[in-house]
Amino acid sequence: MESQELDKDSVVRKLRSWDAQAVSEVIESRGETTVFIRREYIRRVAEFLATEPSLGFTFLSDITSVDRFPLEPRFEVIYHLLSLERRERLRLKVRLPGNEPVIASLTPVWPTANWHERESFDLMGIRFEGHPDLRRILMPDDWEGNPLRKDYPVEGFR
Amino acid sequence: MTTTVETTAGASKAMVLNMGPQHPSTHGVLRVILELDGEIVVKALPEIGYLHTGIEKSCESKTYSQAITLTDRIDYLAPLSNNLCYCLAAERLIGLEVPKRAQYIRVLLTELTRITSHLVWLGTHAIDLGAMSVFLYSFREREEIMKIFEYVSGQRMMTSYFRIGGLALEPPPGWLDRVRRVVESLPGHLDEYEDLLTENRIWIARTQGVGIISAADAIAMGASGPLLRGSGVAYDIRRVFPYSSYDEFDFNVQTQTAGDCYARYLVRLAEMRESIKIVRQAMEKIPPQGPFRAEAPGIIPPSREEMKTSIEGLIYHFKIFTEGFAPPPGEVYQAIESPRGELGVFMVSDGSAKPYRVKFRTPSFVNLQSLPRLCEGRLIADVVACIGTTDIVLGEVDR
Repeated sequence: MESQELDKDSVVRKLRSWDAQAVSEVIESRGETTVFIRREYIRRVAEFLATEPSLGFTFLSDITSVDRFPLEPRFEVIYHLLSLERRERLRLKVRLPGNEPVIASLTPVWPTANWHERESFDLMGIRFEGHPDLRRILMPDDWEGNPLRKDYPVEGFR
Repeated sequence: MTTTVETTAGASKAMVLNMGPQHPSTHGVLRVILELDGEIVVKALPEIGYLHTGIEKSCESKTYSQAITLTDRIDYLAPLSNNLCYCLAAERLIGLEVPKRAQYIRVLLTELTRITSHLVWLGTHAIDLGAMSVFLYSFREREEIMKIFEYVSGQRMMTSYFRIGGLALEPPPGWLDRVRRVVESLPGHLDEYEDLLTENRIWIARTQGVGIISAADAIAMGASGPLLRGSGVAYDIRRVFPYSSYDEFDFNVQTQTAGDCYARYLVRLAEMRESIKIVRQAMEKIPPQGPFRAEAPGIIPPSREEMKTSIEGLIYHFKIFTEGFAPPPGEVYQAIESPRGELGVFMVSDGSAKPYRVKFRTPSFVNLQSLPRLCEGRLIADVVACIGTTDIVLGEVDR
């Protein structure tokens, strides 16, 4: 158990020693590590985590987003990474302002990000810059609004 | 839905064909836009969303317990796996310890779920490729397991049997005898399927060397479950991140290296045999007596007896079913090995009685992304084999 704790620290330590500016905050809770990344660094951080041999976060489990409306910064984009060799999970989080929910696409780093990012674009209205095919995936193409936003009603008229 | 396909082949040769959403071998309402050069697939573009029901949004307006019924409907071929993943996430959020007896019963039932799910996959995959009789046999065996689910939970498909903190009910008397009867007959039936398929020349011709994906590609595409293990990556969450006491069970993670449809067929068949092994061990481990859910007043409903005779019981009962309960603020990501791969639930609590955000990371959604890689450059008839081998459930793809 203790060695695992040290391992977890070492991801954060490596990330910090690689670029201290990229990480804004680290939270350890319920046995999970969440690293907050500044928006403009996410693409470089992703490349570092995926390609650094001693980390090996080659598997992207999931990308999702949370709407904190009416708080600001309103959106959180959440990445769940997995290192198959280290048997370790890592959560990255990026906060985005409500008036400009734009973030760099990670599809060039992990091809699986393609549909995850399209889903967040479709349901939460987050734009991923540099995405090869950013269009709605679950809702019809002519749909208006983003259903998972908190100001979008569960039933009735929009 | 309007979709334009940019053609890459010469305009005179290319033909665009819509496969689905009403096509029997797309296993639901999947639509694949195929760009064909003669019989060769140049480009495949899966279009999804025809079964989107907004389950994640609906969860936000239900209490934590109410949302369990929605999870049944995500992957309707493996409802107990969904129940388990959701409940584990909620339990970690609250910090509940589930009694061992309930954990073992959960393991037993989810392994039976894996077998039923693989049986449906085997039957439909075989009928897609022209082997009719396997379909009839596998559904016969599946029915026997569905009867166990009905006996235990009262429902064949939408079980909702796992609840936060344990199980919904004490399993009925004699249920393990029924499980034993089924489990004893299953290995013989699996041999029957293998007799029909494993060395069948037509089956081999339709699956071997078809839909190949390399280990590196599978990882890059986020593939999990048999799709990843068929390419030689031994990633099984039951082993790597054990949950619900899986670390106490003895089983092998099945892998093949070829990465084609035939390899994935072998992986799934072997997995069914491993599941039988786990079910047998669970039958030994489950104590005949003991609690089937945790003790947590205010979160777990009191027993009928308590509710009728004590004032606290009545109050808790009333509060749980009218207001629900509020886990502390925070978030968890819980993943389990569903029959199709990594099923994850990301749950965010804001300290109220309803989940602030629930995200289902469903294996079908992610695995389907690999479909173009599997079938591009191959014959159109192989598309059917490739869809079958990814083992998608459209309810899970679209949620």
